[in-house]
Parts: sequence; C-alpha cells; structure tokens
Amino acid sequence: MSVLTKQPKVLPTGPMMNQPGRGARKVSRRKRQRSGYLFLLPWFIGMLFTVIPFFASLYLAFTDYNLFNEPTWVGLANFQAMFEDPRLWQSLKVTFIYTFVSVPISLAAALAVALVLNRGIRGLPIYRSVYYLPSLLGGSVAIVMLWRYIFGNDGIVNSFLGLFGIQGPSWVTDPQFSLTTLIVLNVWTFGSPMVIFLAGLRQVPAMYYEAASIDGASKWRQFRNITIPLISPIIFFNLIMQLIGSFQTFTQGYVMSGGTGGPADSTLFYNLYLYQKGFTEFEMGYASAMAWVLLMIIAIFTAINFIASKFWVFYDN
Amino acid sequence: MALLDLPLTRKQRTPSVPDEESDGTPAKRFAKHLILCLVGLVMLYPLLWLISSSVKPSEDIFRQLGLWPQHWNFANYAEGWTALDQPFHVYLFNSLIIVVLSIAGNIFSCALAAYAFARMEFTGRKLFFTLMLGTLMLPGHVLLVPQYIIFSQLGWLDTYLPLVVPNFLATNAFFIFLMVQFMKSLPVELDDAAQIDGCGPFRTFLKVILPLCVPAMATTAIFTFISTWNEFFGPLIYIQNQDLYTVPLALRAFMDSEGQSMWGPMFAMSVVSIAPIIGFFIAGQKYLISGIATTGLK
Repeated sequence: MSVLTKQPKVLPTGPMMNQPGRGARKVSRRKRQRSGYLFLLPWFIGMLFTVIPFFASLYLAFTDYNLFNEPTWVGLANFQAMFEDPRLWQSLKVTFIYTFVSVPISLAAALAVALVLNRGIRGLPIYRSVYYLPSLLGGSVAIVMLWRYIFGNDGIVNSFLGLFGIQGPSWVTDPQFSLTTLIVLNVWTFGSPMVIFLAGLRQVPAMYYEAASIDGASKWRQFRNITIPLISPIIFFNLIMQLIGSFQTFTQGYVMSGGTGGPADSTLFYNLYLYQKGFTEFEMGYASAMAWVLLMIIAIFTAINFIASKFWVFYDN
Repeated sequence: MALLDLPLTRKQRTPSVPDEESDGTPAKRFAKHLILCLVGLVMLYPLLWLISSSVKPSEDIFRQLGLWPQHWNFANYAEGWTALDQPFHVYLFNSLIIVVLSIAGNIFSCALAAYAFARMEFTGRKLFFTLMLGTLMLPGHVLLVPQYIIFSQLGWLDTYLPLVVPNFLATNAFFIFLMVQFMKSLPVELDDAAQIDGCGPFRTFLKVILPLCVPAMATTAIFTFISTWNEFFGPLIYIQNQDLYTVPLALRAFMDSEGQSMWGPMFAMSVVSIAPIIGFFIAGQKYLISGIATTGLK
C-alpha cells in the first residue's frame, strides 16, 4: 500500500489497485491522516505548553503582576522602567561582554585544535575526548563552585602566578576580574564546537588539497581558499548556537555570586537579573518584559548573522 | 538547523584524510603531540585538582599545589555524605528519578513525533515541522513566567512534575530533529515491507523502525542524562522542599554553609556529583560525538 501512497498519481493504474474502490482508498487515506496526528499527539499537547505561554508572556509584559493579584494593564510602563533601570543596563553590559569576548575565543580555539587534530594524527579519539569532556561539565554547579576556589585568593591560579613572583588579584571578589573567571570557564568548554568542526573538516575532499599543492599553493593559501570556504556553513552554525547559548547564561553567574550577581553586579547576567525580578521580587510583568526584550535581541543578532552570512558563507550546492 | 547535515555514524563518513600520520618530519610530529598533551593537561588540571582535593584534609587543600595528596583522607566523603539535612544518597536518588523519567519521556515522545515527521503524510506536516524547528531557537525564559503560573495552578510546585512531564510531551525539539534525521536515513522499503505484511503504522514503528533507531535513542538518552543531571534552573524555581532537592541544589546548599572546614567534604561531594557524567561520557562516547556532530547539541 505504501509504495502507492508515495506516488498517489499512479494509484489508479497500479496493478494492485484494481480491488479497493475509490471510497475504500479515501477511508484508508483518512486513516493514515489520523494515525499521523495520533503519533504527533504528545507533541501537540506539548506545543500547547509552548504556544500558550508564549503569548501569555507577551501579554504579561504589558501588565503589573505579582502572582497573587490579578494582572493589571500598564501599557509600556515595564519597558519604560527597563529603560531607566541601571541594573538592567548593567546586566546587558555583563552579558554582552561575556558573549563577545568568550564566543570568538572559544570558536577560534575550537577551529585551531580541530585543524591540528584533523591532520591524521595518532590518538585522535583520546585527544578529542580530553578536549570535549569539559564542555559536558561547564554548566554544572560542581564545576562553577570549583572555579570559585581555583580563582580564589589563594587558589591554584594565584599560586601558579606566585611561582613567577606575580601577586595575582582576588579574581572572585574584585568586580574588575570576576567576569573574567567566567569567560575563562566558557572558553574551557570549547570542545563542543570543536567536535562539530572536526565532523565538518572530515567532509572536505582531500583531492582539493592535492590539486592545490600540485599547483603550488602554500598551506596558508589552502587554509584560506579551500578550508575556510568549505567549512564556512559550520563556522556560521557554531557562531549562531554559541551566541544564542551565551546570551542565556544563568547558572555560572548564579553560583559564582551566590545568586546576587555580585560583586558590585559584575556577574549580573541578564537571565540572572530576570530571575531576581521574577522570583525574588515577584515582579512577573517586568520579568516577562525582560524575557521579550531578550528574545528580540537574540532575534536581531540571529537576523544580522543570517544577512551577513550571504557575504561570507559558501554553500557548495 | 538544516544547515548542518553531517553523517551520523562512522561508517557513513567519507575518509578524506588518512588516519595514519603522514605529514611532517618526526620532530615536527613530536612537537605537535607535545603541545596537544600540554594543552590537554591544562584542560584536565582543574578536574584532577578537584579529585585530589577531595581526598586531602581541608587544611592541606590550599597549602599544597601538587596533585598527589601527602595525607590521604577519605573522611571527606563520609563527612560530606551526612553534612546536609539528608544523607547525600537521597539527593542522588532524587536526581536519578528525574533523569530516568526524563530519558523515558524524551525517547518515547520524540521518537513518535519524529516518525510522523519522517515517514507519514498528513495535512500540515510541513507547517508543523517548521514550527517545531522554530521552537529550537526559542529562549526558554520567554515561556518561564506563564509556565510557572500554569504549574503552580496545577498544584505541581514542590513536585517533580514540572521537570518531568514536559519531556513526555516532545517539548525537546533537538531530539525530534535528531531522530527525524536518523529515520530518514533508513530505507523506506522497510516500512513498505512491514505494511505489506499487514502491520499498521504503530506496529511498523514499534517493531521495525524503533529497533533500528537504537543509536539515535542512545544519543538522546545520553544527552538527556547529562543535561538533566546538570539542570539547575528548573529545580531552583520549582523545588523548595529540602527533602526533594536534586544534586545541584544540594551542592549549592554546601556553598551556603561554607567555612574552611567544609572544603574537603564539599569537593568530595562535587566529585560524587560529576562522576556519573564522566562515567556516561566514557561509556557512550560514540553516540555523544555522533550526536553532537548531527545537531550541534552541547
């Protein structure tokens, strides 16, 4: 039957089709339709848990709501308040610095290591595992806590610097340096984009390099003119995913500062501030407005990337 | 998401580069390995330091830089195990319940949805598929407040339901996408043969397709395990009752009660909390690496 369903147009002429009449086919078609929806039933219910909250939060963004009273419509007041809220600007600043410093560094490290590993190297699976493991742990409470001690006043970083006679700063309690520790933590997890780069590099046909080296192209030119264009869709993919992910950082800031975003709001990530507004001050309307602004920011950055990608991403097909 | 279409299994990849080392002089190769090893050591050092600190007496932790403990002290583990309101295995067990249910839910509901998207024909399939891909990029915090309200009105606060039930409703588009990609690589003739033999769609799915999807299901299971085990935000807002704390919440409680004497026990419990992830990683590497290459999951 399903050979026929694949090409409904040949149905009437198919040799097996002389038995069921038109009506029977209609019934079985409806049946197939129904089983399709049946398979999707959990997903449909799940979408209700997505679509309804999506629009509900858009509504709440224009209300004053504390969970206990009915929401009251306040128009653009939440957005106005955000505009004048210095902590909101601070949280944007923290999130932007974190994103625009750590994402390029992680991607560069990921690509560099992937290039070295791709050159046919003995022990590749071991290296790949060692470099990849941190990215599974980077978001766990245990590791962020560990980071506090590694960068603590007499933690191993300062002990190491001490070997060279350098008096390290108090990384965690000095607002100038606290975000740096989290940027280092994020760079430490470059293994996941690296694995994606490795998979991409494997797809570049070796004959391109052979042809290029016969023509006398240097390694650098091969990298510049073969590798980069051919893996540019993967660079693009990694860039988008890393940007979206790091705009939404929460656990790192929360655990590093014990939930406050301190010292002096230097680790007050956007989502951490959203959490404080919503779940410690119960300003749910304000929190919803913040969530929508973040959605817009992410959408704008993704759109800019997609537009810019026309100029540098190369699709083979 | 469809911008990435990389091979899922080892067999499918085209070897563009020889697996044996071919270029460079021995000296150059040696230098390369040396650098790779050094960088790897720097990357692993924090983890090694954590493990070594967990067996050092608290007063030694910051006094000795070396990894090898002078005094072995397993008392940290015993002390950490009982330092909080409940013994630590209660928190491990709580996390385990959530993890097991989440894995079951994700595999079941995402495979069902994926089969519909990959193989069945019905009105609106393309629209729904696009919608599903759209939710991939949606930041979770946009849904946070209304979802919290819904769950609290259902009386689900301080239960595991808000953490588990969504996984039974195929809300994780990543895994649907992963399984759709995988199912599309299976020959359609399999379904046809099953249907000619009289299998309905559900039996075809259950008896023919699902057994072949074990690699994709394993990838889903491992990623669900790691993300659920690490999950901090969900439990933080939905769980107040200390008896129901998951492992990350319990670790945070350690931090609140921090004092110098607690370093050793805290590091010991940190090791306990990340050990299952490292174990799963070692056991399921193949699926992890192929999964991340397909979907770009972390």
